[in-house]
Amino acid sequence: MNPIDPQAQGLGLPETGNFKPQLERRYKFDQIFKIISWAATFSAIAVLAILLIGVLSEGIPKLSLEFLTAPPSRKAEQAGIWPAFLGTIALLLITAASAIPLGVGTGIFLQEFAQDSKLAKVIEINISNLAAVPSIIYGMLGLFVFARLLEPMTGGRSIFSAGLTLALLILPVIIVSTRESLKAVPDSIRMAGMALGATRWQTVRIHVLPLAIPGILTGTILALSRAIGETAPIIVVGAAAFVPFAPEFSVEGFREPAFTAMPIQIFNWISRPQEEFHAIAASAIIVLLMVLLVMNTTAIVLRNRFQSNR
Amino acid sequence: MTDSVFPSPAAGDSTRSDRWKPNRSLSKLSQRSVVILFGAFAMVSVATTIGIISTLLFETIEFFLEVSPLHFFTATRWTALFANPSFGVIVLLCGTFLTSFIGLLLAIPLGLLAAVCLSEYAPRNLRAVLKPALELLAGIPTVVFGYFALLMVTPFLQNIVPGLSVFNSLSAGIVLGFAILPTIASLSEDAIFAVPQSLRQGCYALGATKRETVTGVVLPAALSGIVSSIILGVARAVGETMIVTLAAGQSPTLTLDPRVSVQTMTSFIVQVTKGDAPYGSIEFKTLFAVGMTLFVITLLLNILSFWFVRKFQEKYE
Repeated sequence: MNPIDPQAQGLGLPETGNFKPQLERRYKFDQIFKIISWAATFSAIAVLAILLIGVLSEGIPKLSLEFLTAPPSRKAEQAGIWPAFLGTIALLLITAASAIPLGVGTGIFLQEFAQDSKLAKVIEINISNLAAVPSIIYGMLGLFVFARLLEPMTGGRSIFSAGLTLALLILPVIIVSTRESLKAVPDSIRMAGMALGATRWQTVRIHVLPLAIPGILTGTILALSRAIGETAPIIVVGAAAFVPFAPEFSVEGFREPAFTAMPIQIFNWISRPQEEFHAIAASAIIVLLMVLLVMNTTAIVLRNRFQSNR
Repeated sequence: MTDSVFPSPAAGDSTRSDRWKPNRSLSKLSQRSVVILFGAFAMVSVATTIGIISTLLFETIEFFLEVSPLHFFTATRWTALFANPSFGVIVLLCGTFLTSFIGLLLAIPLGLLAAVCLSEYAPRNLRAVLKPALELLAGIPTVVFGYFALLMVTPFLQNIVPGLSVFNSLSAGIVLGFAILPTIASLSEDAIFAVPQSLRQGCYALGATKRETVTGVVLPAALSGIVSSIILGVARAVGETMIVTLAAGQSPTLTLDPRVSVQTMTSFIVQVTKGDAPYGSIEFKTLFAVGMTLFVITLLLNILSFWFVRKFQEKYE
């Protein structure tokens, strides 16, 4: 009919010639962007790899049974990590014993009993605020409240004080993961329980909680593995003293006003100017990372079993 | 009549519930006590917040009774542990600012690009490997990053940067960046991945390339999540302790030169607590004044993040 480009006519647009697709340039820019973003991802992974390789090559030669079982020493060749290792285990016990009941209880309360109440909203905002507070601030809280105000009970700057401080630190994480796991349990189970005349608590205890436990455990183990790697708060609570003896696993032993743990020990050894201590710091890091690896693997195995069971 | 079988009720018509009365007082009691107990547990987290604020406030007020706030915020020298002390917190703020700035300069672009890559470019099965690997990086204790910074990165950088001292904010900042990168990457990736596919397809339909879709549509749509992940990253950088204590040193100098040693707020706290300051001494009070400053900064960042998310959050069906 007429010479106008049929496509332009279809869109009702006049052909102005102002629009230049410049596809070649744009695709080239696309390609560059893609390469840069891959490079960014791999730079992070590469740093992880370099760090691990560096630590392993420094630390493995010094790693021996003697190193694992000896107390720290002024001489690097004789120094070991046994008291620090036991200190970390003791911290883990106290943290778990206090944080798990508190965190799971709070999670159950918020999710099953106080849902959508004003109180739950306030606590929720409070928890998300607490999660952003730097860990060293928790250390100062522990120093003031547990190590000073409650000194007659905790024994001062003791494993007790440090363990309770770490418990407060990971409490938000445990609460959130408990709530998430409870949320994932279908409501029909609650309704069935209550339709049979069970109280809310009976329904939760007998039917809901067992289904949520694998999820809660996964979250809790991850939180605990974060706790044992935390260094700043326990240094603030416990000071980085030279402690050559292993803690006694008793109430009295946990109240001893001097203790050490693996992160503190690593910090001490890195801070020394002598290179021999840097090498054993790397060995201690390997031990710490192994503990973390075991805990994380447990958490992942639990999660996978949980997911395949559903 | 059935009345002869069952004893007739004293008053009113007989309903079944009158006849069947299971004794449930025990289960009701246990429910009540559990709710009260768990409610008390929930109060622990509120008590933690109150504890943090009152602890810091109490000792900070004591501190300001001895040192004027004007001096604290305007003096330009920090010699808190010397015989003739001067408390210019600006010096510590500057140290914190310098290390955090270097770290964020690295972590924000790299973290965002990694998030884009994982969400938009990586094939599904590769993403399933790379994301946990990044989160593994986030799970490494910071004291290990401190080792990395002081004993591996600094010696390496000393070959490249002339005049780099053993303790410096450059290597602390770089490693700090890699320590907070996974936080930013993982949280922004969640936000980017949640942007509905229809928005991307709409953009492609307008003739945009993939990169134009990502930067023009996907990232703005995920803005609130990205910004809150960045703010969290800033808060972590400011509050990070072990890396800066080990790698940036302990000398409070008012400088923006990344090659020399600086002291941050957090490393000052570690320095004092390591030295076993007696309760009630000025050093002990200084500790809490610095802690309060740090806490207020992270609280402000948190409020900023809340405000931003509420204002800019996009809701998709």
